[in-house]
Amino acid sequence: MPVSILYRPVTITDMPDRPNPDLLLAKIEQEQAKARRGKLKIFFGSAAGVGKTYAMLLAAKERRAENMDVVVGLIETHNRKETADLLEGLEVLPRKSIEYRGTTLGEFDLDAALKRKPSIILVDEMAHTNAPGSRHPKRWQDIDELLEAGIDVYTTLNVQHLESLNDDIGQIAGIRVWETVPDTVFEAADEVELVDLPPDELLVRLKEGKVYLPQQAEEAIRHFFRKGNLIALRELALRQTASQVDSQMLDYREGHAIREIWPVAERILVCVGPNELGERLVRAGKRFAVGLRGEWIVAYIETPELQRLPAEKRDGILRVLRLAEQLGAETVTLSANEMSEAIINFCNDRNITKIVMGKPSRRGWKRWLLGSVVDTLISEAHNINLYLLGSPQPGTSRYEAELTRYRRDSQPALKEILRKRKKGYFWGYFWAIAVTVASSLLSGLMVGHFELANLVMVFLLGVVFTATRYGRGPSIVASLLGVATLDYFFVDPYYSFSVTDTQYFVTLAAMLTVAMLISNLMANVKSQAKIASHRERRATVLYAMSKELAMSQSEEEIVSAAVRHIHAEFGSLNVILLPDPHGSVSYPKDKALAESLHGSDLSVAQWVLDHNEMAGQGTNTLPGAQAVYFPLSFHDKVLGVLALLPVNLRRVFLPEQQKLLDTFIRQIAQAITRIRLAEQARNTQLQMEAEQLRNSLLSSISHDLRTPLATIVGSASALAENDGSLTTADQVELSAGIYEEAQRMSNLVNNILDMAKLDAGVIQLNKQWHPVEEVIGTVLTRLQKHLQGRKVNVKIPSGIPMIYADSVLIEQLLINLLENALRYTPAGSPLEIAVDVSPSAVEVHVSDHGQGIPKGMENKLFEKFYRVHQESAQSGVGLGLAICRAIIEAHGGTIKAQNRPEGGARFSFVIPLDREPPVMEQENL
Amino acid sequence: MANLKPTVVVIEDDPPIRRFLRTGLSTHGFTVYEADSGKQGIIEAGIRKPDLIILDLGLPDVDGVEVIKTVREWSAMPIIILSARSAEQSKIEALDAGADDYLTKPFGLGELLARTRVALRHWLRTPEQNPTGEFTTGNLRVDLINRWVHVGDQEVHLTPIQFRLLSMLVQNAGKVLTHHQILKDVWGPSHTESSHYLRIYMSQLRQKLEEDPTQPKYLLTESGVGYRLKV
Repeated sequence: MPVSILYRPVTITDMPDRPNPDLLLAKIEQEQAKARRGKLKIFFGSAAGVGKTYAMLLAAKERRAENMDVVVGLIETHNRKETADLLEGLEVLPRKSIEYRGTTLGEFDLDAALKRKPSIILVDEMAHTNAPGSRHPKRWQDIDELLEAGIDVYTTLNVQHLESLNDDIGQIAGIRVWETVPDTVFEAADEVELVDLPPDELLVRLKEGKVYLPQQAEEAIRHFFRKGNLIALRELALRQTASQVDSQMLDYREGHAIREIWPVAERILVCVGPNELGERLVRAGKRFAVGLRGEWIVAYIETPELQRLPAEKRDGILRVLRLAEQLGAETVTLSANEMSEAIINFCNDRNITKIVMGKPSRRGWKRWLLGSVVDTLISEAHNINLYLLGSPQPGTSRYEAELTRYRRDSQPALKEILRKRKKGYFWGYFWAIAVTVASSLLSGLMVGHFELANLVMVFLLGVVFTATRYGRGPSIVASLLGVATLDYFFVDPYYSFSVTDTQYFVTLAAMLTVAMLISNLMANVKSQAKIASHRERRATVLYAMSKELAMSQSEEEIVSAAVRHIHAEFGSLNVILLPDPHGSVSYPKDKALAESLHGSDLSVAQWVLDHNEMAGQGTNTLPGAQAVYFPLSFHDKVLGVLALLPVNLRRVFLPEQQKLLDTFIRQIAQAITRIRLAEQARNTQLQMEAEQLRNSLLSSISHDLRTPLATIVGSASALAENDGSLTTADQVELSAGIYEEAQRMSNLVNNILDMAKLDAGVIQLNKQWHPVEEVIGTVLTRLQKHLQGRKVNVKIPSGIPMIYADSVLIEQLLINLLENALRYTPAGSPLEIAVDVSPSAVEVHVSDHGQGIPKGMENKLFEKFYRVHQESAQSGVGLGLAICRAIIEAHGGTIKAQNRPEGGARFSFVIPLDREPPVMEQENL
Repeated sequence: MANLKPTVVVIEDDPPIRRFLRTGLSTHGFTVYEADSGKQGIIEAGIRKPDLIILDLGLPDVDGVEVIKTVREWSAMPIIILSARSAEQSKIEALDAGADDYLTKPFGLGELLARTRVALRHWLRTPEQNPTGEFTTGNLRVDLINRWVHVGDQEVHLTPIQFRLLSMLVQNAGKVLTHHQILKDVWGPSHTESSHYLRIYMSQLRQKLEEDPTQPKYLLTESGVGYRLKV
């Protein structure tokens, strides 16, 4: 096999002793995460009976002697006396009994352990599979949750239970181990203590009955505990421990700037396909990656051809990808027409240095004629090393077959679907035959009048028709049948399959080839079209949802849109559970939709919310739950939980479907975040405005109240301390000053109080019917003194209807407008009040002959504490016009200010006439 | 009148206002007695037999309206109430209960003395003092007995209701009349809620009697409370 060698320049920094800051940062983060997590110590052995549990208990006793809070979560003593003796003096948690198929199983009680929260807990047999109905299917997941809760865990593990060694051990011992622990978990252990025992001693212990009961021991020695096996297992355990120590050493070097030149990390791509090789490829990739200390990515490339695979094969790929994730790989699914092209593009994007894949399945002339992905890669991918893995052993494939059968049996729903699909096929073949019969009949009519070539065309037309409607299989049948029929009925000698003339032989062979090619082409076109329409539909669905989410104005709207769209796409019943302010999920209070899921399990949802991981059916956590629970998270912040009850698990867990669902979830989370941020911004804005208002209020009030107070205090003290030096005239003048200033303060305080009341909404409008002229008259009478002889022209057309308003407030409004005009216009200049009437409103204008309003300030005038000239001698806090606006708005009217073309300002307010005036009895004269 | 100096009882709980009232009134020829609570005020009103009561509505012990009602059980002496601003409803209640006039805090001494004089004049006036029943203010002359109304030299014709309304105002000239009081007196007890009748007729009266109805000189509106004929 041609292998190209990669040369990469190695960057040497100018300060070779300085550790890479990025790496250090990553290390610090890792350590911080670890500090929160508990520490995991694994007592690692080559086989049962080497004394792992014993060693663990001894260590626990030591910790106990150091006065640490040690609790035994679960220990399997296997009736070994030495072990049971060690348990004495240690606190042992009671087991949780789980009923399963009539028997009671004693399982580890995770919740009790979390509640007890010791500093160290002992949990035996890390690879154990929990009884159905437990929170996690595997015990190592329980341990992970304990670590997450900050509890240190001691546990035991045999080398044969390590996921990546599964194949090797299967080959060595001839026994498949079903209970496995992902390598990532093992690698993440803080301490691995190897419990080693030479095989001979182990065999002695076994024979003495210290491991199994005598009869069992006999059986075991014959099968698993053969000496050769034990030696091999011991070697694997020692090696595994050594590599763990090696990686610790590496970490140490990183942290202490002991630097060897490492090449830039290798990136390994493992390509898996729908064959049995998948799991082996993944395991091999893992070991390769560990050996090279590189990153590894497992990819599945879905070509149109592969999309037509039966469902169980696709499930198998899904399983392989899951396994890869568990072993610590990044997984991707690429969709492409051409496999080699997709791989090359991906390698270029991600700087892949090595590819691991299976040997080409096409052999001999087929490979030469049709090519293989491997050959294309060899000729086109220049900087990449290729590693090919051989085909599986026959023994393993039997296991695979068993596995497939087991899985198929476990899914009766799947069988149903397969049966339906078969029925569809049947109709396709029926039509293939029917079309051939029709072609023959037509040819029968044509024969004698037309050349044979034309009859061939009729049959080919039939094949094209079948291919477009029913796909590859039926069209191939139609091709074969067509050739046979043509030969039998229309080629000399008739009613015989034999051909005498060699030229007919060429005709038939060409016809068969063309028909086959057409079948294939049409089928490809059809499946491409199907994929395209599928993709388009997906895009449409996504677009429809994102559009609706973008338009949503509240969380309720988002939730309802999300539930509807997820139902439309996945056919599931859904509910989105959002946490309350205390962080616990609760059922939504809004009305349920038809698509809503009822009776979701809040405890599962709570777990998902707390851990930001999915749970429920089809997942590793609480698989017994009916629904699947996904965290709705955005930037690592969990906003809520989507609970989804799928009609069919595959509709949710197929790679492309899961990707789509992920996109949905991201969109929903984004939309919720957007709404929350907007709300936050709005609140902040309001707060800022309130703050600003308070500030201007304080500055206005402090200025405007202090000024008159200064006069009052000063003048009053002069009067109070009068020793006779003040003349009567002085006294009168001082008193007049006090009186005027006190009046001014009184007005100010009244305005502030009015505004406060209007703002607080405590004013109840006392609306009654009032003639407009009476309101104006009252105001002018009250302002008489203030007007100081200024002329006020009042123009009220006759026949003005009464207004329905609170006269006290409207009078206040008019007084404020007039006082404003008096304050800001030259003394003696006249004022005008005019009234207009329209069918729906009465409009009152107050006009002056002053300087008018500065440009652009027409609306600002009505804002609170706004004054054209800040801190001017003009009294007033800038509340008068704000009060006007509040009053008129309380009446459902409007107010505006403008400059008159002839000079001066005009303030106009509109009172709506939205009520029938009262009926008046006419007086009898 | 045995004593030439009119007697006033001031019922007010705020000492500075009491001091201001005492100083202001006694320097203008009144004998002033003070009470700082409603109960004390009723006792003072009983023993001092005053010509006038000045009563604050916001008392700590009893509602001012209750004080008015108690006093009205045995005396028709004028009562002027003091109230905070924008408390129209309590003013109306007090006026309906029998108070004669009101002053809104803050108020000046001049305003207080003017109201006091009007109230006292009204109280001390006897029908014999004005046998013709003729009333004059500014340009306006009204004869209640012969039922004519003159503005300047011009006689003005009024409808019966307009005249009834005007005569009620004339009889209580200078005093505030609430909408309720006028409606009850002019239109009868069943019309006390139809205040728009009153407003329309008042507007008609102004059209006939006032020189400029939008700047009335005689028929004044007491905002949110009622009307007063200016003397």
